[in-house]
Amino acid sequence: MSESIATQSSSSAARANLIALLTGAIFGIGLAVSGLSDPHRVLGFLDFAGAWDPTLLFVMGSAVGVHALWLRFGPKPEGAKPPRADRVDNRILLGSAVFGVGWGLSGYCPGPSLVALLGIPAEGLVFVPALLVGSLIAGWLNTRAARTV
Amino acid sequence: MSAVLHPWLWGAIGGALIGLSASFAWSWSGRVTGISGLVAGVMRGERNFPLWFLLGLVLAGGWLLQLTTFGSEQPTRAWPMLIVSGLLVGYGTRVANGCTSGHGVCGVSRGSIRSLTATITFVATAALTVFLVRHVLPGGAP
Repeated sequence: MSESIATQSSSSAARANLIALLTGAIFGIGLAVSGLSDPHRVLGFLDFAGAWDPTLLFVMGSAVGVHALWLRFGPKPEGAKPPRADRVDNRILLGSAVFGVGWGLSGYCPGPSLVALLGIPAEGLVFVPALLVGSLIAGWLNTRAARTV
Repeated sequence: MSAVLHPWLWGAIGGALIGLSASFAWSWSGRVTGISGLVAGVMRGERNFPLWFLLGLVLAGGWLLQLTTFGSEQPTRAWPMLIVSGLLVGYGTRVANGCTSGHGVCGVSRGSIRSLTATITFVATAALTVFLVRHVLPGGAP
């Protein structure tokens, strides 16, 4: 009760950041143990014409199953609204198609590449800067397009 | 260590942890755990949730890969290919507003047709790319 408002808000910010850190750690552990952080396994899943490795189906099925059940029955956040965009447009098709080509070239998508920064540094330290540059280019082109319209 | 259980079981366990993390982030932070979106957020100068979440992911996931045999023991691709791949993944996920986690896990869990379309699209072009690289183009990449 004697706590000042400033102290209260800074300790609640620290608490929120700690929750974010731990939530991220759970995500990272999940990426590591699932096999999603082994690009060879990912490429094995994507290779339908070779010795197909179904492990990723178990990863995605389990993740979607747990999260879908939680969204239905778990506690709702205060004030936050779920993403509402549900229009299939050219951006989502083009962007996803380009992303897939990149994913198929190496077996790395964004999450596992971040895990590789420490886990497989010889690859993560090359891939992640390129990913940041690619994202910056897309953001920059988008801003420019928005200005010219 | 990774040999103790069947890889499919590790896959399901890891997937459940990813699903739980997405759930906790939604219920207690009101955030959607799309990794490409969080990375874009940090680049835009957002602090707090995106920064701390990604820090936890990088440290916990990275250390676990270092300490165990869950990671790859063989190198994947030479650096020029990693750079081309990284550029395409960074560009594509930003244009599509999401990647394997944002669309594939979070969006599909919500029943979003947009995210389901994105997921089918990137798995299809990724599979086509692997098919070309491994079975059509000369050189026979692993």
